[in-house]
Amino acid sequence: MSARVDDGMAAVSEWFDGRSDAALLLVLAVGLYALFTGVSLVLGYDLGGIVNTLRRITFLSAIYAMLVLALNLQWGYTGLFNLGVAGFMAVGVYTMGMLSTAPTTNPPGLGLPLPIGILGGVIAAALVGAVASLPALRLRGDYLAIVTLAFSEIVRLTYRSPVFETFSVAGLSLGTGGSTGMSLPTNPIRILFYENSQEVTSPPSAFGEAVFGTFEAIGVRAPVVEGTAYAIVLLFVVAGVYALLRRVGNSPFGRVLKAIREDETVAGALGKDTRLFKVKVFALGCGLMGLAAILWRIGGLASTADFRPITTFYVFVALIIGGAGSNTGSVVGGAVFASLLFEGPNFVRRVVTQYVDIGIGQTPSTIFEAVGPLASLDVTPLLAYTISDVNVSALRLVLLGVVLIYLIQNRPEGLLGHRTETAASVDLSERPGGEDR
Amino acid sequence: MTTTAPDSDDAPADESAATTDADADAPLLQVRELEKSFGGITAVDGATFEVERGTITGLIGPNGAGKSTTFDLVTGVQTPDSGQVVFDGTDITGWRPHQAANRGLVRTFQIARELDEMTVLENAMLAPRGQVGENLWRAVLPGVRKEVVRQEEQLREQAWETLEFLELDHLAEEYAGALSGGQRKLLELARVLMIEPEMILLDEPLAGVNPTLEEKLLDRLHSLRDDGYTFLLVEHDMDVIMNHCEPVIVLHQGEVLVEGSPEQVKNDDRVLEAYLGGEV
Repeated sequence: MSARVDDGMAAVSEWFDGRSDAALLLVLAVGLYALFTGVSLVLGYDLGGIVNTLRRITFLSAIYAMLVLALNLQWGYTGLFNLGVAGFMAVGVYTMGMLSTAPTTNPPGLGLPLPIGILGGVIAAALVGAVASLPALRLRGDYLAIVTLAFSEIVRLTYRSPVFETFSVAGLSLGTGGSTGMSLPTNPIRILFYENSQEVTSPPSAFGEAVFGTFEAIGVRAPVVEGTAYAIVLLFVVAGVYALLRRVGNSPFGRVLKAIREDETVAGALGKDTRLFKVKVFALGCGLMGLAAILWRIGGLASTADFRPITTFYVFVALIIGGAGSNTGSVVGGAVFASLLFEGPNFVRRVVTQYVDIGIGQTPSTIFEAVGPLASLDVTPLLAYTISDVNVSALRLVLLGVVLIYLIQNRPEGLLGHRTETAASVDLSERPGGEDR
Repeated sequence: MTTTAPDSDDAPADESAATTDADADAPLLQVRELEKSFGGITAVDGATFEVERGTITGLIGPNGAGKSTTFDLVTGVQTPDSGQVVFDGTDITGWRPHQAANRGLVRTFQIARELDEMTVLENAMLAPRGQVGENLWRAVLPGVRKEVVRQEEQLREQAWETLEFLELDHLAEEYAGALSGGQRKLLELARVLMIEPEMILLDEPLAGVNPTLEEKLLDRLHSLRDDGYTFLLVEHDMDVIMNHCEPVIVLHQGEVLVEGSPEQVKNDDRVLEAYLGGEV
């Protein structure tokens, strides 16, 4: 049995090795969409429901892909163990919020145009990243991890603090909303469909009317159309971030980053100012994390609950699955994590509740009540307990643990981590001119 | 006399390895009264010596004599407690390693430190000075990247030539981690040669290298010296020191014990005493 699993794994890796990155990503996307379409059909969703399911996994996959790509630059390429991902994400979102929410809302913002808010958020996250890296430059491995983790918690608790719920600077009042959170500007995709994109109650524009009408006719409601359009835009953003980081990696700059990861002393002895490179990598990576977080939360609520260390942990798991050091692997890891491991358990719960009659109010409230009936071969209470609303996030963690243990034992380099992504701006696979020179 | 500030890292990459300095007669490296203690142990205790241009100078001494620490102090891996290091007329005391390297003074390590997960070619191409593509914006922005690509093509050719010179070209696409001990030593040398420095400090370059390869390596060192490179060599193999180095400096307990030609050193009673640890 286990031999067969290993064979399967070997076949999978062989298959992975032989494909071009584009083909790989395409096959992955088609596979995931087919799977989730299938699950939606099993659940009896109509077309609107199916589209909404696909919208959700696309959205989450894109956000995670961006986060994982940014972390891959820091950890996969440079070996910087940044455990403060969530903190830098929070800096991006909150800065954007404070710059761009209207002065009339509670908490108030500065009411600047959204592009300025987004740019400001990204720059703030990059600057905070650069500053955070300064004391960390002398630290390696675990110590850097501890400092960045503590830093992200300080950021989160600062945004949560009642002191900053609303405050004024130079006569302008703004705030973070403290523990209640901050409602962020509306999703910019609304510009396409509404007359006044910033008003939630705005009537649709002529184009919006036409599009909504068309899709309404086949059962896809307006919010789903809007969300799907946004998810598609995000895919293009991911492609942009991917192209950027690929260029960074395939360059003399990327070569120095790899050298720092392998042996910082050697990089220094070869004349590279490693501290400067590390600050730049922190700034760039953290800026991208801020951007991903802005795109994640925009149109909704910024709440410090979203930026707990668990978020950092999720991004790391996704990177480990995809394979640290590989940009394509990062995208694969982000998509696989977000759709199968993050969203998967919810769908399992829905499917199980559809086919197993658990009975309302029959879900046991403790593990003992759930396990007890096993003595009489009754597994329903345990099943009900496992997939209950309260426990589904715990189930996700159990699943993550299993996947991590399996990967570390059988494929520690992740799905694509063994791939070489050449650190040069030119092809190194053969010598131009060859032997006759 | 050059008075380069410590921050100017951007030495021109195409600077010839041969000495073109007007002050060609002055020693390339001057080490004065260098001291370094770790807790109660004094590793280097007032070492003073000079290395002339175009020599392969040997640095020997029994274990614990302070050879490796002296290397660390000269190349900036560690900071001396007191003393002075002057390289090519510039006081480089307390410079960080990358600054010394960009000034033309580089080192290899006693235990070969390869960048395992990088290919041999990537290892070699990492080293050169003044790579425009090490600037993040230039590496990324369209348009200016053309210049990076052009320089990369040059570096790739230079890397191939260096690997050929050291007979590593058949391994160019292998991961450095897959190399044997001797091949790693060659790759270390290839890397520092790619920097095109003026002086190379070699920390036991022949340890763990088989006799055939050793001959080859020494042969290369001589031809490089003839091209104008200067070497300071730490080695335990006395035959190598006696046959290939001139002059030889003997360190003992952090001080320079004797300095002179191989014959002088070989026949000095204090050297024997230092190595054998007793009266002769």
